[in-house]
Order: sequence, then structure tokens, then C-alpha cells
Amino acid sequence: MAKVYSNVTPKNDNLKPKDETVRFLLNYSKALSVINYNKLKFEALLN
Amino acid sequence: MLRSLLLTTKSNIMKTELIQDAELVSNYIRGDESALSVLIERHKQKIYSFIYSKVYDRDITEDVFQDTFIKVIRTLKCGKYNEEGKFLPWVMRIAHNLVIDHFRKNSRMPKFDNAGEFSIFSVLSDSSLNAEKSMIKNQVESDVRRVIEELPEDQKQVLLMRMYQDMSFKEISERTGVSINTALGRMRYALINMRKVIEQNNIILTN
Repeated sequence: MAKVYSNVTPKNDNLKPKDETVRFLLNYSKALSVINYNKLKFEALLN
Repeated sequence: MLRSLLLTTKSNIMKTELIQDAELVSNYIRGDESALSVLIERHKQKIYSFIYSKVYDRDITEDVFQDTFIKVIRTLKCGKYNEEGKFLPWVMRIAHNLVIDHFRKNSRMPKFDNAGEFSIFSVLSDSSLNAEKSMIKNQVESDVRRVIEELPEDQKQVLLMRMYQDMSFKEISERTGVSINTALGRMRYALINMRKVIEQNNIILTN
């Protein structure tokens, strides 16, 4: 019994986003530019 | 003494991390794209596990993670970020709100997932034929038409009226001017003759 209780549940170290998600975010960030015009903000996605 | 030393070290470490985050954020706002990459690398595991611990689904976690950082990027680029030094808690708050949004959306529109034993796709089926089967079907149908063309004219006429125009034998007999029995007989001979032709020529008419 003691053994059962002392069993440590295997920790899932693989909990991280896919590389492509991260890559997408970085590309999105590069593509997004905010243009200020007379207190108005315009978002433009330039690819 | 030792304890206070430890505490100072700890607070120093925390400070460096905080300063670094804040510095990275302000660098990023000033246009340094690589700063964002460092921030994501540094915090991605914490944020990802936080979302996963709420939704328990890899794909949804991936989506929420992505939406979180899209929001982060837009807020930073618009210059609306003002919580300097508290980058991670701020991102966590955004993630938390998006998780809530996700559950709200899902309670309005529950979806079937295929994780359980019951799969919706075992019940639903696509009745349309696939490309190969529909080609075979066309082939079979044109073979049948060619066989029909081989029949004597009177038999062919009855068969076409019965099978393709869906007429009753009464209607056929009226149209062709013969008795119902004759029409029935012609139909019978038409089928017998077709079977003969099919057998002789080894035509396969199955899909």
C-alpha cells in the first residue's frame, strides 16, 4: 500500500506550445503595425 | 543572517527577472522584435500549462495560447500596456479571461468530441459514392444500355417503358397495342435474352 501511495504521478514535461504556434506569433508580431493618426490608431497586417 | 542573505538573493533574482521582463517589454514596444521571442520562450511553458490545466485539451490550449499572445502583441503595439514589471501576471490574466470566454462559448454551443467511446461518425455516414464507385456505376449503367440495344425491337420497347419510364404493364399494353399478357411475355423474354448476352460476353454488372 505504502508503495502505491508513494507513487509519483509522472509529470508531463511536454506541456508547451508547438513550435509552429510560436513561429506564427512571432510572424504575426512582425507583420502587425499600428499607425497613429490624429489620436486614431489603425492596425495594419502587412505580410 | 543566512536567512536574510537568502531572502536578499531571492529578491535580487526576482528583481532581475522582473527588470528583464519589463526591459524586454519596453524594448519590444520600441520595435525590438526579438524581445518578444525571449518573452515567449521564457513564459510559454507556464502559460501553456496554466491553460491546459483548465481546458484539458491540447488543441484548445494551443488556440487559447495563440489568442492570448495575439492580444498581448496588439496591446503592446497599440501602447496600451501600463503594468510595467508585471508582465507574466498580466498575460496569465488574459489567458484566464480567454479560457472563460472559451467555456462560455462552448456552453452556448456544445460540441461533440470524439474522445469518448461513442463516435458520432460511426452513426453518420456519407451515402454519396466515392470517385471510384461512381465511375464503376457509370460503367455498369452504360454496359446495361448496350445490352438493351442488342434486344429485338418489341422486347426493347417493353423493357424501356417498364424500367426507365416506370410505366405499368397496363399502360404499356395500351401504348403498344398488345395485350397485357403479350407485354409481360416480351418483358420476360427481354430479361432472358439480356441474361444470355451478359453470360456469353462475361459482362460483370456489379459495383
